[in-house]
Amino acid sequence: MIDILYFAWVRERVGLPRERVETSAATVADLVEELKAREERYEAAFADLRALRVALDQELSEFTAPLAGVREVAFFPPMTGG
Amino acid sequence: MRVRVQAEPFDHGAECARFGQGGRDVGAVVTFLGVVRDDSGAMERMEIEHYPGMTERAISGIVAEAMARWSLADALVIHRHGALKPGESIMMVATAARHRVAAFEAAEFLMDYLKSRAPFWKKEVGAGGADWVAAKDEDEGALVRWSDPLLKSNDV
Repeated sequence: MIDILYFAWVRERVGLPRERVETSAATVADLVEELKAREERYEAAFADLRALRVALDQELSEFTAPLAGVREVAFFPPMTGG
Repeated sequence: MRVRVQAEPFDHGAECARFGQGGRDVGAVVTFLGVVRDDSGAMERMEIEHYPGMTERAISGIVAEAMARWSLADALVIHRHGALKPGESIMMVATAARHRVAAFEAAEFLMDYLKSRAPFWKKEVGAGGADWVAAKDEDEGALVRWSDPLLKSNDV
């Protein structure tokens, strides 16, 4: 089981802030493909990966990164702090 | 060093008065205050979302990097989240060092990194609707100046 968190417009498009999913995806990109295959709202959220960032266990990461041992995946647009 | 992520307002004057006090090796204190700006002229509020847990962690990492790189005596970052009105204080940064160049540079470094490496997202809400603030290419470009040591360490 893995916790997936969504922030900002990714959260709005998916329609929920977090969910727990059962997955055998090897990488973040594989997980995204699994999600997109589920429902259209995921397709809308993940349409352009260049517009998205991913954090694994609260550290910025890459879509090519492996998911082995990861408990929490977060998807969000580029950050706008400050 | 101190990092605070909070919904409540903060007292900028009191924070500045308290910061960097009592250190005999401090010759320079730089403070920066970020204020909610209304670019459209029709903004009612700015809603700031963040990623509890990662936010504190990311900012602490950035502050620790600045402390080491400029041998700071102290550093402070306060960043608010939630709904803010135009003109309200959104965040502040303070740095204390032996000399002013280090204090200024470290403050700029902290600002540049907080903009695009701390997990905050701004949404402008007005009568006509709501829009997420898009990240600017120049914000990402600003990190090149510091050769992006944090990005490398996060690139595992």
